[in-house]
Amino acid sequence: MPQPLNYLKETASQTAGPYVHIGLIPAMAGFDIFEKNFSNVLVTPNTKGERITLEGKVLDGTGTPLRDVLLEIWQANAAGRYNHPADRSAGALDDEFRGWGRAGSDFDSGLVTFETIKPGAITDRTGRKCAPHVNVWIVARGINIGLNTRLYFSDEEAANAADPVLNLIEQPVRRKTLIATRSERAGKIVYSFTINLQGPEETVFFDV
Amino acid sequence: MNAQAPALRDPRLNRPEPFTPPLGDNGFFQRDRAIHPPAHAPGYKSSVLRSPRQSLLSLENSISEITGPVFGHNDLGPLDNDLIRNYAKDGDPVGERIIVHGRVLDETGRGVPNTLVEFWQANAGGRYRHKKDTYLAPIDPNFGGCGRALTDDTGYYYFRTVKPGPYPWRNYVNSWRPAHIHFSVFGSGFAQRLITQMYFEGDPLIPVCPILTTIPDKDALDRLVAPLDLNASTPFDSLAYRFDIVLRGQRSTYFENRTAGN
Repeated sequence: MPQPLNYLKETASQTAGPYVHIGLIPAMAGFDIFEKNFSNVLVTPNTKGERITLEGKVLDGTGTPLRDVLLEIWQANAAGRYNHPADRSAGALDDEFRGWGRAGSDFDSGLVTFETIKPGAITDRTGRKCAPHVNVWIVARGINIGLNTRLYFSDEEAANAADPVLNLIEQPVRRKTLIATRSERAGKIVYSFTINLQGPEETVFFDV
Repeated sequence: MNAQAPALRDPRLNRPEPFTPPLGDNGFFQRDRAIHPPAHAPGYKSSVLRSPRQSLLSLENSISEITGPVFGHNDLGPLDNDLIRNYAKDGDPVGERIIVHGRVLDETGRGVPNTLVEFWQANAGGRYRHKKDTYLAPIDPNFGGCGRALTDDTGYYYFRTVKPGPYPWRNYVNSWRPAHIHFSVFGSGFAQRLITQMYFEGDPLIPVCPILTTIPDKDALDRLVAPLDLNASTPFDSLAYRFDIVLRGQRSTYFENRTAGN
């Protein structure tokens, strides 16, 4: 027998269930318990960068919006730097931006929104330029293990065309599933997205 | 091969980089999907329309995946890890008083320090404090059912609560969830993000649960079952259960411990 490697095994995932709000967004479950709460607003008045609203829905295999889904986003700041010690890239940190938020979908419409800033382009550890993007993690009843995807920005055509991750997607038509569409509404910049869990327009999900 | 062709020098050789330790790049071990429930698990009916059908696109860890949100004690309140007191209005909640404790580790066996652990559960009667839960068991006025903790330098966490009850749900007509506590854990990078559920040693509903049995690996299922830990119980007060959580291993021999606070 060779020496044993003795690595531990990752704990198995389980669905977040229909009542995920109790633990992660108790106000949505209908009660107030913590002094401090996490939310879908990533910015303070002093955060640097272009204010944007990310707005979208997650659709099941019949095209019906999930009304009990929870999304988390993780993104770089306006200078393209993640607020984490492993990111040693050149962009300046912004003390007013953690870069993370979570949102539950509306119980009636299924709409999910985040108030954030548009991230800057990222320089990866190998020196590659990556198009600005937001990392998305999705959990809900019926989702056995959290789904990882990304949102890119429709007004970044040149950067998107050169992005190493988008270019990993074999079918150009599937790259479009990751592009949020920019529009202006009442003076606010809104990026709209649809995440399809199944069907001909199924969103690209990653095994990260 | 054409002998006239000029010798091509691999451009990477023009700027040699030092050979670094094999586990030193801060990426994570490949996730072993065989120990996780598949997305499409027909015995758990809700998964059928909510499971992707295309293959996941394999993505080597970039800076977007090895980084993740940093939390500190400033994010928490003093009662956040005490579910017996954090929603008490006119007394303690009804139910078996228990302590749940353990460590958040990664697959290398290292503790994951300063990471956020969140937990939520039904009350002792199996009823959730949630506007969408209509089970006939009563709400407990003194029990919210959620809490959170930050692991210490060794990855250790603990909280106090009452043991949740089992409850019926609409999968098959007579489906019941074993007693369980939901856990959400972050780790140091977004690729380690995990939600799971802890079950209790000896619960006869475990082998017949349509959600638990989505896990194809018997050992992986057993690792979700917390044993009674009499050594950690408080005499004449609370029983204790031990639940260690393992996140994906980090390929790092020198990752700095993150400082608390933000």
